[in-house]
Amino acid sequence: MNLNSNIPSGPLASKWERHKFDMKLVNPANKRKFEVLVVGSGLAGASAAATLAELGYKVKCFCYQDSPRRAHSIAAQGGINAAKNYQNDGDSVHRLFYDTIKGGDFRAREANVHRLAEVSRQIIDQCVAQGVPFAREYSGYLSNRSFGGAQVSRTFYARGQTGQQLLLGAYQALSRQIGLGNVQMFSRTEMQDLVLVDGHAKGVVVRNLVSGEISSHSGDAVILATGGYCPVFYLSTNAVGCNVTATYRAYKRGAAFANPCYTQIHPTCIPVSGEHQSKLTLMSESLRNDGRVWVPKKQGDARKSCDIPETERDYFLERKYPSFGNLAPRDIASRAAKEVCDEGRGVGPGGLGVFLDFEDSINRLGENSVQERYGNLFNMYERITGENAYKQPMRIFPAPHYTMGGLWVDYNLMSSIPGLFVLGEANFSDHGANRLGASALMQGLADGYFVIPYTIGHYFASHDQFKPSTSHAAFKSAEDEVNTKISQLLSIKGNRSIRSMHWELGRLVWEKCGMARDKEGLANAIERIPQLREEFWQNVSVPGSANELNVALEQASRVSDFMEFGELLCRDAHNRDESCGGHFRTEVPNSRR
Amino acid sequence: MNLTLKIWRQKNADDAGEFVTYQAKDVSPDMSFLEMLDVVNEGLTSKGDAPIAFDSDCREGICGTCSLVINGTPHGGQKATTACQLHMRHFKDGESITIEPWRARPFPVIRDLIVNRQAFDKVIQSGGYVSASTGGNPDANAIPVSKHNADTAMDAAACIGCGACVAACKNASAMLFVSAKVSHLRHTPPRSTRERSTCPFDG
Repeated sequence: MNLNSNIPSGPLASKWERHKFDMKLVNPANKRKFEVLVVGSGLAGASAAATLAELGYKVKCFCYQDSPRRAHSIAAQGGINAAKNYQNDGDSVHRLFYDTIKGGDFRAREANVHRLAEVSRQIIDQCVAQGVPFAREYSGYLSNRSFGGAQVSRTFYARGQTGQQLLLGAYQALSRQIGLGNVQMFSRTEMQDLVLVDGHAKGVVVRNLVSGEISSHSGDAVILATGGYCPVFYLSTNAVGCNVTATYRAYKRGAAFANPCYTQIHPTCIPVSGEHQSKLTLMSESLRNDGRVWVPKKQGDARKSCDIPETERDYFLERKYPSFGNLAPRDIASRAAKEVCDEGRGVGPGGLGVFLDFEDSINRLGENSVQERYGNLFNMYERITGENAYKQPMRIFPAPHYTMGGLWVDYNLMSSIPGLFVLGEANFSDHGANRLGASALMQGLADGYFVIPYTIGHYFASHDQFKPSTSHAAFKSAEDEVNTKISQLLSIKGNRSIRSMHWELGRLVWEKCGMARDKEGLANAIERIPQLREEFWQNVSVPGSANELNVALEQASRVSDFMEFGELLCRDAHNRDESCGGHFRTEVPNSRR
Repeated sequence: MNLTLKIWRQKNADDAGEFVTYQAKDVSPDMSFLEMLDVVNEGLTSKGDAPIAFDSDCREGICGTCSLVINGTPHGGQKATTACQLHMRHFKDGESITIEPWRARPFPVIRDLIVNRQAFDKVIQSGGYVSASTGGNPDANAIPVSKHNADTAMDAAACIGCGACVAACKNASAMLFVSAKVSHLRHTPPRSTRERSTCPFDG
């Protein structure tokens, strides 16, 4: 495969400016002749659909949820980075660029990241104009905080619900275009396949999740903004509906998948309480500013935390990483927690948890101050666990949270299939092997508001355009394949539930390709996943029919893709004989940094 | 614990629908309400029966997808807690629980416990936004907004759009949803004079 990244020439800092001039334009009167299909309505998808419609393109947007406002971007808590330097503390485009590259363990594409840092400033202007209620100082100016160990305060936030507010901003911009008739919105509609005509992405096959109807849509270009693939681990902080189907089916149509093994495991999540668990909940990383992480020194110590004297506690992050202490970077903190649990010193059910203790902070600051800072998080913790974290330490454990890998894209965010563009978490380009806190929201909006509106025009203007009819044979054959797959799933009528198959796959991938990986374990996973896949296709039970709202069928279809994608993930991890960012190979621990 | 569930089943929008009783056995107090339903569904699907259809996505109380009326109260009885965040430790062994979809004419039932809430999208499409097209906006700090107004805007903007207010209202009115959006937008930087005079969202 010939991958040309199409990075513009010239100095890094002027590439984007120059590229914007060099790209061909589409005349305003001609834009309405082009139709763009946007799959996904999260930060990247909604911002792209709204902006392209504002420019005059015809847009169709698809999401599997009942409304575009529900995409999982909504759950992002912490904030969004931008090189505004409002705090006068030494931030700049170059520093944000540098931090992002370094945080990604030097695996991200420099030209893309520099552009990201440049447009980060416009994102904040755009969001404020939309009415996003960012936190403000008493002066009336915007407030910033330092996030994830950054040396400057460049993170903008809206309480602990920044993702929600940014998504609602993009959703409202999208709604405005829907109301104006410039975007046709298809909710409860899931992409099933990508359609190529003469080697260009020209359409999608979708399933209406209410009626079950399979239909085709043709366009001049297709944009995938379908997020990441954390649920390959079954348990993650993602929504239960998040899936790899759109990007994986594009991969099967020939789009290159890059770095699938770069996955981020977040250290502060609420531990698993039992096999019934459907998802894991993230607790903001900010808790580590005032909480101390510890486990008992003794293996299998079943005493209550308050009965374990100070001398028998191991504050392992403070001990191992004295300069970072409890604020050690995400991947380091996650692996350290795993190590102490592997030694049999974990706490809580199944020994898969470590304490995050606020006793010292409460003694130092008073319970009221702790409540002011983290009250909503303590409430959330109590809702889920029934435990009062003011009286006893929280229990936390790492959980899959974000996937840096994704479909390969060039500088224009076009995949290896011409006409197929990939935005946000679904692509691979900006975070390298690890993502910094508060950078996911920045990237999703950068791609949608400020990159794709420029680069898609260049594609339209530099290729002979043709929009095929959906009666073209390529659509017919893709629809047939989708229908065949659905009937196959429905005809298995086996004994295993979809959930139990997904759970088994997830557990395998988590054990062999989670926080720490080795060649032998990965080889074992690569051997076992095909067996599991075979069992799935022989013994899963998918009740109901194709022509109705069928939740089981939706899940089975998504899990069937994870059954293949999990192997791809492990193969990538197996081939990558190094440790970098979120990919830690135990045989070569020191190749990192 | 063991529970008796009285659940609304309705094949599609045209079906009359009825309550069906299920037994949920060995429910752990650590399960969320939806995880309890997942386990009931697992039992149903492994027998080849259709699972109880209900909406959910983020399962952390922010996306607004889940929409169950539990014992007559939307999202159940815990304050500021969505059904996905409601945990089984709040129920007693042997209890009988009634589970229904949102009951409101603007939210027609699609299947079982799933309703169509596109009415909310239409409300936003009719003016629940600021007409600020991408690009060309002034620097974010050009117009200060008092902290009080920013906090008030955020209080209102935190609405998750789940529709429980409509389900709880005897008249199935969306006034809470609409007024939350009005409050949010009125407390952010000024919209253009023109938009203020024509937009139904501005008083």
